[in-house]
Amino acid sequence: MEDVLKILEGNARISFEDLAKLTGEKEPELRKMVNKLEKKGVIVKYKAVINKELLPGERSVLALIEVKVSPQKDVGFDAIAERIYKFPEVKSCYLLSGTYDLLLVVEGKSIHTIADFVAEKLAPLEAVKGTVTHFMLKKYKEDGVILRKKKEIKRLTITY
Amino acid sequence: MDRFISHKVKNLAPSGIRQFFDLVLKTKDVVSLGVGEPDFAAPWRIREKAIYSLEQGYTSYTSNKGLLRLRLEIAHFLKKHYRLIYDPGEEILVTTGVSEGLDLAIRTILNPQERVILVYPCYVAYPAVVELSAGRVVPLYTSFEESFKINPEKLKELIKRYKPKAIILNYPTNPTGVSYSKEELKELWRVLSKEDLLVISDEIYDLITYNFKHTPFSTFKGAKGKTIYLGGFSKNYAMTGFRIGFACGRRELIEQMSKIHSFVMLCAPIISQLSAIEALNSQKDVESMVKEYRRRRDFIVGELNNLGFKTLLPQGTFYCFSSIKNTGLSSLEFASLLLKKVKVAVVPGEAFGLLYRDFIRVSFASPFPDLKEAILRIRKFKEQYLKN
Repeated sequence: MEDVLKILEGNARISFEDLAKLTGEKEPELRKMVNKLEKKGVIVKYKAVINKELLPGERSVLALIEVKVSPQKDVGFDAIAERIYKFPEVKSCYLLSGTYDLLLVVEGKSIHTIADFVAEKLAPLEAVKGTVTHFMLKKYKEDGVILRKKKEIKRLTITY
Repeated sequence: MDRFISHKVKNLAPSGIRQFFDLVLKTKDVVSLGVGEPDFAAPWRIREKAIYSLEQGYTSYTSNKGLLRLRLEIAHFLKKHYRLIYDPGEEILVTTGVSEGLDLAIRTILNPQERVILVYPCYVAYPAVVELSAGRVVPLYTSFEESFKINPEKLKELIKRYKPKAIILNYPTNPTGVSYSKEELKELWRVLSKEDLLVISDEIYDLITYNFKHTPFSTFKGAKGKTIYLGGFSKNYAMTGFRIGFACGRRELIEQMSKIHSFVMLCAPIISQLSAIEALNSQKDVESMVKEYRRRRDFIVGELNNLGFKTLLPQGTFYCFSSIKNTGLSSLEFASLLLKKVKVAVVPGEAFGLLYRDFIRVSFASPFPDLKEAILRIRKFKEQYLKN
């Protein structure tokens, strides 16, 4: 199973036929296994890692936002986290130890859209005690993938 | 100019294969199953160590035998991994790749006309190095039916008949991917221990073993004294371009080998030596590469057998040795036609011994999509250009 996950993590679009060849398992067994993993929520979804910097035209802006919040009775951070992560602008949301509590990854069309989101949606929440916004300037590596196109190093095509 | 070239050198290497190699290198868009080195770059921490060493100004010679720190690390690794004890002070020599270690070993032990047993099919450098030392090759042929493994009886016979000075073992084996279990090696040692000959054991692929743990030949009781153990970093750690390896053996042998080494090589490159120290602490990286090779192995061997090219499952390395007997072509004809028609490169079996015209060496040290593409092309080739 670990093998299958590892392969899917590297290439979510691999066919079951190839997956079977690589793992030595039977195709129907693999289908069953992957199905189960999907149902259990181990495999959450299949997505493409896209380097938007290479796209022509308008680019979106990403920001990391540190949020200090006051935890609430009985539910701790979960309730306030939920209120925040439900905004579609929030791409990721993590609870962290250290000097602040929540770390958000927020995407917007421009710096202004993100500033508006912080000013109008995030900061006014009662439980939010403060925010610090860092705009992302460049992405080098994401989800284990180096985004710069790799220069191909040529081996000799035939050697002993 | 010809008259200036020595006969020994002129007579080296079969020319037909050389021409085929040149043709492959000139052909564009080749999907290659002919490469004898990993497709991975050396793990980042090893490369980073190399950069750091340069930044720190490590650009000098080292002691002839190699940095003591590296020899200590090698000794430590062999002890931890194989329970093999070598004294880093006098029994280990750091070489510029196993290629140099092999050359040193042969030059150190061989007088003109003395014989060396080579196990065929074998890596191309072995007969060349023996011939350059004016030695004589005693071939021990292995067959597909024997799973390309040494038959101990045959070995006994050859020793009796030719009184060779040494035998070169290589396992896991290039080109067949064959390796030996501890029990099989014990059988061989049972024969060799009774004879007065030296074993040169090239174990450069030791960590790329799939079915069982690799057993160095010198681990058998009494074998250490009669074995020159050659190990390297090129294949295990994907460090071919670093040119770094090591030779272990009895003090007297290592001392004599070091003598030649100090005259012709002086020392292995210091940057490679420092990187090798890092490599010995990168076993996790090796494990993940081996895991990937194993997946590819299962794929390619399955596909080749499906296509009717009988192929044994390799126990080590990233090669398999497939039979093309039913095509009616010689391996060189097959490989040339395969290149011409569908641009797939393989190494003809006859490069590893003239008797192996019915085989090709297929390397699976290429990314999975390339292997898949190669198989598609070979299938097309078979359907369109082969008779059966």
